[in-house]
Amino acid sequence: MIDKEMEQLEHNIGRAWDLALKMGLDPFPVEFEVVPASIMYEFGSYGLPGRFSHWTRGKAYYRMKMSYDFGLSKIYELVINTNPSYAFLLENNSVLENTFVAAHVFGHTDFFKHNAYFAHTARNMIDRVSASADRIRQYEFEHGRLEVERFLDAVLAIEEHVDYYTHIKPKDEADQPAKPAETEYDDIWKLDREYRQQQAMARRPASRKFPKEPVKDFLLFFAEHAPNLEPWQRDILLIVREEMLYFVPQMQTKIMNEGHASIAHSRIMREMDLSGEDFVNFATLHTGVLSPSRTSLNPYYLGYTIWQDIEKRWDNPTEEERRMGRQPGQGWAKVLEVRETENDVSFLRNYLTEDLVKELDLYLYRKEGDEWVIVEKDWRKVRDGIVASMTNFGYPYLVIDDADYRRNSELYIKHLFEGQEMDLNYAEKTLAYVYQIWGRPVHLETVFDERRVLLSFDGEKNTRQVLDDDDEEEDN
Amino acid sequence: MSVQRQDWSLHRKGSIDQQRHKEKIREAIKKNLADIVSEENIIMSDGKKQIRVPIRSLDQYRFRFDPGRQTRSGQGNGKSKVGDVIAQDPQQGQGPGKGKGDAGQDPGAEYYEAEVSVDELATLIFEDLSLPNLEEKRQAEMETETIRFTDVRKKGPMGNLDKKRTILENLKRNAAQGDPTFHDIKNDDLRFKVWEPTIRYESNAVVLAMMDVSGSMGEFEKYIARSFYFWMVRFLRTKYTNVKIVFISHHTEAKEVTEDEFFHRGESGGTQVSSAYELALQIIKERYNPADWNIYPFHFSDGDNLPWDNDRCVQLVEELMKLCNIFGYGEIREAHYRSPSTLMSSFSKITNKKFVAVTIGDKREVYPALRKFFSTRGDEVPSAP
Repeated sequence: MIDKEMEQLEHNIGRAWDLALKMGLDPFPVEFEVVPASIMYEFGSYGLPGRFSHWTRGKAYYRMKMSYDFGLSKIYELVINTNPSYAFLLENNSVLENTFVAAHVFGHTDFFKHNAYFAHTARNMIDRVSASADRIRQYEFEHGRLEVERFLDAVLAIEEHVDYYTHIKPKDEADQPAKPAETEYDDIWKLDREYRQQQAMARRPASRKFPKEPVKDFLLFFAEHAPNLEPWQRDILLIVREEMLYFVPQMQTKIMNEGHASIAHSRIMREMDLSGEDFVNFATLHTGVLSPSRTSLNPYYLGYTIWQDIEKRWDNPTEEERRMGRQPGQGWAKVLEVRETENDVSFLRNYLTEDLVKELDLYLYRKEGDEWVIVEKDWRKVRDGIVASMTNFGYPYLVIDDADYRRNSELYIKHLFEGQEMDLNYAEKTLAYVYQIWGRPVHLETVFDERRVLLSFDGEKNTRQVLDDDDEEEDN
Repeated sequence: MSVQRQDWSLHRKGSIDQQRHKEKIREAIKKNLADIVSEENIIMSDGKKQIRVPIRSLDQYRFRFDPGRQTRSGQGNGKSKVGDVIAQDPQQGQGPGKGKGDAGQDPGAEYYEAEVSVDELATLIFEDLSLPNLEEKRQAEMETETIRFTDVRKKGPMGNLDKKRTILENLKRNAAQGDPTFHDIKNDDLRFKVWEPTIRYESNAVVLAMMDVSGSMGEFEKYIARSFYFWMVRFLRTKYTNVKIVFISHHTEAKEVTEDEFFHRGESGGTQVSSAYELALQIIKERYNPADWNIYPFHFSDGDNLPWDNDRCVQLVEELMKLCNIFGYGEIREAHYRSPSTLMSSFSKITNKKFVAVTIGDKREVYPALRKFFSTRGDEVPSAP
């Protein structure tokens, strides 16, 4: 990109920003950086600049860069959820392409700023991941690269198993505002009360179960309770957990977020006073990004269509809706409201209507023999099927049910089965990683072929057994 | 709001981690050499530089849903209906939603494919192997070129700059002017290393590769012999620049053939092993004087020889061993009929420690066989199985 083009791009981006504000968006300000493809792909494969090193990221990087070098795929844009946000543009893209990307980016940063699920993300994440990467590098010096890598291999294998709602807790008594003092001796009486409470606790028969409630957050639980870990290993668990929690909202809102950004780019670009040729190029890009696929859902297209439908339905309510109190002309306001409160699961459940399922020709399919065959077209079932596949962002929902199984500090994990069976081979291999972290035998209960199955790994070998219903009685 | 551009040319993180991934692939390959050595697409690669090797241990395992039992969603063109087939044959990595090279759809058929060059593989396989029993021979025909730095001069290409001497010269000059620190390099300070090519002589070696191409050698037998010789040839050519190889194929008659013919031509007819040994003796007599050459005859066969020929073979092998460093015999038999063959049982009488024999009944046994033949064993007694 030559200097003259840089100037032109800077001008265009300023214009796009004004248009974004004019259409009612309120994005984080964005620092754009024009980078070569190798850097773009590096950030793409690591998720964030400066993140810690691991061979799996090198593998991802290699794969992405290869497919770019062979002209098979291209990342257009990469935007980081921070305040200010950072966005990266490819240096050999045209000015028009990069303007298009910038307009799209403003949609994302508006979404980052306003969607409720992002409210708890660290907006200084780039600094935090660099600090973590430094610590991990230090651990490599102290404990050896292979040792750290071996531990990271294990932790990354279970990185999805965090509890992304840990910030929502029942209010602790400690958090309640203290009652105004009644007498000047309150603090002394309080001592007495605390003592009595402790006594009462001590008299209660200790619950044998540990943890008391099933735990979804494997990484946190291991960091706190795995018996034989070194401090650096606990730190690594928490680092991986923190980074995962940062990414979860993006995984939970992919369809909404991409759809919202697509609405933003299409409106901004239409008002940019493009030349005829540029407009055709823009239209080509837009169609490319929003093209449907027979074998997967294109989040850009699906999101874009639902957002447009919401706006239309709240702009022009039906007779019945009017009777129920919906005022016409509220479309855009509704869009902004929904972008604040929903995630993909609730978004689809609330706004993927019968008409849309039919218009988009959505279906469910599965493998039958060597073929993948459409098995469902009923709109309700299709919608619910899509929603189900997004629950827990597409991973099996596992909880640690017992960390003292058989009174032997063994770990008992339960799969909360919702109709989709797990890949048992993969599960067995992954159990070996869990064993590596926990240090004691590990078990996983799941359902396969309508039977309850228990997979175990004792440090040397994997075993499988079918559980009959008597066991369940006993467990309860 | 700003648009910036920086210099990223020194940024290497992605490539460094990619390097580590490559190392992991090498480790995995080393662990799986027995499987990889006889991998068909390598042996049959015919000069292709890059080959794909399946590696199971590099998968990134996690708790996931069974891809083959999962219900997925997609979008049609407006006319889709229940029962439509939208994709097929997912084993080729074309499975919906997954990129190529990613895990396939069938458990058990999942692996990561790494791309490596044949040379790289050869280096891994032969890392600690060498030609056994090398002896110094009278005439040193085999030569290797090496470079020796012999002189230091004031002029030369920058690549040959002798930094240590240059710094010393600079210090010396500065010290003469009363300031003994390193600064202000002048052309006068520069010193360059100068090299001369020198020739080192090594002992000679010739390998007589013999193979049975008769009708009794089936597809499997030929394939095994072929993979063995494939690697043997690679090995010799990577480790020693001037090793000579003579290819002899035989059925009832033996003849010297080119490498290409050796690997690609099949013949039919009966087997008379002695014909190959006779030809080998003749070639040694005519062209490779044992006083000058280390000689390594290797013979692969399925063991089906004309019964009256066996004694003659034993006799010839004894004769060959007087001239050679080692005699290798590999018998290829599929596991289910592994009864001792006539030829092998005749050979079992041989007590000479120069005789090495192996039986290969399975693709996986090619690699151990290679190791057995090519391990540096000095005076150690090779044992026949």
